[in-house]
Amino acid sequence: MEGFDLWAILGNAEYAAMLRHGIRFTFIVFVCSWLLAMSLGILLLVVRQLPGRLSNAVVTAYISYHRNVPTLVQLMLWYFGISALFPTPLQYWLTDHNGETIFAIIALGLCQAAYFSEDLRSGLRSISAGQAEAAKALGHGHVSSMRYVMMPQAIRNALPALINHTVSLFKNSSLAMAIGVSELTHAVQEVQSLSFRVFEAYTVATVIYLACSLILMAVGAALQARARAGGR
Amino acid sequence: MIGDVITIIQDNWLLLLVGQYPNGPLGGIAATLILSVVSIVLAFPVGILIALARLSTSRLLLWPSTVLVYVARGVPLLMLIFWVYFVGPLVVGTRIPGFLTMLITLVVYEGCFLSEIIRGGIVALGRGQMEAARSLGHSYLAAMAWVILPQALYNMIPSILSQFVSTIKETTLGYVINVPELTFAANQINNQLLTQPFEVFFLLAIIYFVICWSLTRAAILLERRISNKRAGRGGTPTPPALEARALTAEP
Repeated sequence: MEGFDLWAILGNAEYAAMLRHGIRFTFIVFVCSWLLAMSLGILLLVVRQLPGRLSNAVVTAYISYHRNVPTLVQLMLWYFGISALFPTPLQYWLTDHNGETIFAIIALGLCQAAYFSEDLRSGLRSISAGQAEAAKALGHGHVSSMRYVMMPQAIRNALPALINHTVSLFKNSSLAMAIGVSELTHAVQEVQSLSFRVFEAYTVATVIYLACSLILMAVGAALQARARAGGR
Repeated sequence: MIGDVITIIQDNWLLLLVGQYPNGPLGGIAATLILSVVSIVLAFPVGILIALARLSTSRLLLWPSTVLVYVARGVPLLMLIFWVYFVGPLVVGTRIPGFLTMLITLVVYEGCFLSEIIRGGIVALGRGQMEAARSLGHSYLAAMAWVILPQALYNMIPSILSQFVSTIKETTLGYVINVPELTFAANQINNQLLTQPFEVFFLLAIIYFVICWSLTRAAILLERRISNKRAGRGGTPTPPALEARALTAEP
């Protein structure tokens, strides 16, 4: 093996372009599935608050399915399985329009929604009933008490768990390579097999992943510090 | 559709259970469970060592262990698997089988996550236990081994069990480097049938769900029991001193 030479990869225009493409897709998958997961997570929480046992049972089933089935299996079920049930024109359309990326976003988003919803719920449960009663006494309706009194405190309590799960969603975006999304891990695989520079390729990818995760953790810590200051 | 799933089970139950075992490597559910059990058992001492290093005051232990934990928390497992898969043979000089690659990666990765759980358990115990043990003449390590760890680990059993569930879920990544486990077996079946991908992967999801859900339930029940015990309420409720109901509830 030749000496360790990062520049052989970073300085090569072709490889650098492949890595840039990979980083772009990693971020597309991460941001889109985060937005999907967060909105669906809040929706699940709202449905769970509704009176009636049916809505509660449906949400509980949704959450335990997504928490107990491996993420990779969920990706495969969407990409290979559920896509086969779609009408043929839609299947063709998806094949032409980066179907694998869309399915990765759907699968990762739906999976992470279960975690986000549980985080928010346990944040909400840690607030004493007195807060809701006080809000009611001050004339807030249910919705506005949720919006102005309960949720701000619930989100503050849930922040550490939400940040942890955001970081793990970012890490899980690498699983999308198994269904052929050309994200960072996939790009590094290609660079590695073209350049035969195994050490260098994986070092670059590891540093990028680690840097992004650490930035996410640092942003999370800053948010927590701000929330703590606001809560005083 | 349910009929198709049952037919798939009838035709392939042995492949799903043990892979091609007598004629090939062990696979299927058996391989998934063996891989997860062995890796969590081996990750356990690794986790204790990393946790002790993270709690020590010596910089020589503190810094490398902190870096290791942050790398494991910040880098996707798939990336670590590729490190061991591609770089491992270059370092060792010989081919490493897929099963062993997966095992090594999971031990390191799970060891780091377990170390955070164990560290949390030790910190949650409070300083008083350590101070009492030290004042009774135990050395630091003896106090850890005989006083702190037994209590901390007992409280951590539910978290360790749920980490075991995550390990089962993480063994699926072995599919990417062709380790013959359950996900790999399902893909083999799918490649033979070609026409029923939904049924095959639905079945796969159900199998994982049954295994992981029952273990998660067990973790929840254990947690309830342990927190009852910690709160001083015994496993069996003590009978009331006097059957008060019998005196008043009769009409």
